[in-house]
Amino acid sequence: MGKLLTIAIGSAFINNVVLSQFLGICPFLGVSKKIKTAAGMGSAVVFVITLASAVTSLIYKFLLVPFNITYLQTIVFILVIAALVQFVEMFLKKKVKSLYNALGVYLPLITTNCAVLGVALKNVQNDYGFLESVVNGFAVSVGFLVAIVIMAGIREKIKYNDIPKAFRGTPIVLVTAGLMAIAFFGFSGLK
Amino acid sequence: MGRSLERLYNGIVKENPTLVLMLGMCPTLAVTTSAINGVGMGLTTTVVLVMSNLLISLLRKLIPDSVRIPAFIVIIASFVTIVQLLLQAYIPGLYSALGIYIPLIVVNCIILGRAEAYASKNPVIPSVFDGVGMGLGFTIGLTLIGMIREILGAGSIFGFRFLPESIKPLTIFILAPGAFFVLAVLTAVMNKVKDRSQNDSAGIQCSDEMCKGCINTGCKGRIIEGSDIDG
Repeated sequence: MGKLLTIAIGSAFINNVVLSQFLGICPFLGVSKKIKTAAGMGSAVVFVITLASAVTSLIYKFLLVPFNITYLQTIVFILVIAALVQFVEMFLKKKVKSLYNALGVYLPLITTNCAVLGVALKNVQNDYGFLESVVNGFAVSVGFLVAIVIMAGIREKIKYNDIPKAFRGTPIVLVTAGLMAIAFFGFSGLK
Repeated sequence: MGRSLERLYNGIVKENPTLVLMLGMCPTLAVTTSAINGVGMGLTTTVVLVMSNLLISLLRKLIPDSVRIPAFIVIIASFVTIVQLLLQAYIPGLYSALGIYIPLIVVNCIILGRAEAYASKNPVIPSVFDGVGMGLGFTIGLTLIGMIREILGAGSIFGFRFLPESIKPLTIFILAPGAFFVLAVLTAVMNKVKDRSQNDSAGIQCSDEMCKGCINTGCKGRIIEGSDIDG
């Protein structure tokens, strides 16, 4: 239990996926204009990454390792993730309408969000078992959710600030992200 | 020949993936802690980009339209795996410095974007040059960011320390926040330049096709911004 907690806190805060690992930067910069859309994107990411961690962990353990083809992990994982996102989208559309309405638009965008593949590869790299992989996936994506929602909150405020013309748009968002990254350094004291 | 040169110019200057189109941000920020890592990542990506452009262009009449994205992804992932194994065998230093970001080249939207926007519609030779141009443009962008971060953060350039030991470099620039700050200033400079040559800016905007390829990768921030998701 203690080990799982360490993994969870480490992945969610200390090594925050966006602010210190730089995975999933593009949705982080692109879909963080409003808190509502940011939360939607974040939740979709939590859902997909947790599921993808579980599935890729099983595939690695029961398919790639026994057949001694672990070097194919990148190809297998990216295809599994792409297919998984498609299935999730179809399943939600048919069975869970309310969730589909909330997350549907974001799902295709996540297919190859590098955070998803990144987490799957990290799980393998760190020799995580099934449970650890799922916990790690969930924690990483919660870290993403936290970061993107905070970012959206700040962006809603700085919209009204008087920013030098050249810094408007992407540059000021990057500066904000840099300041957030400094703030997240504070968590490294938790180690 | 003129067309090939035009592709090179397009990739390196006009549609520079890092500085103009702002594609492939994850490796741009993550591995540019030093100039040499920037060069390594840029060249690795270039190799994958050229090979995948070559193969996709060769197969462009064979791949059915409806399954082209999965087919492209398989091709790209195969080349990434090959390059990863080669790096591991022959340049282990670079392999361990770039770490997880090598397999993540698969989801770099520059590669899928070029496959979708250019290689799948054009003959082999221009596609190869398109790959070379885009790859070199990416390499230049990464090297530039890596150099700035290394100079400010470590007081050295390509590993040679030029600051005297008594001056402490600003370590924060080789840590995560520094990446954001350097890229912020660079894009601000680009904005300023673009602003000044306002009339040319129509040519600098990314083409619709490029964006379409990148929406599929979920990686193209600026498009998502403008689309109805946000509204």
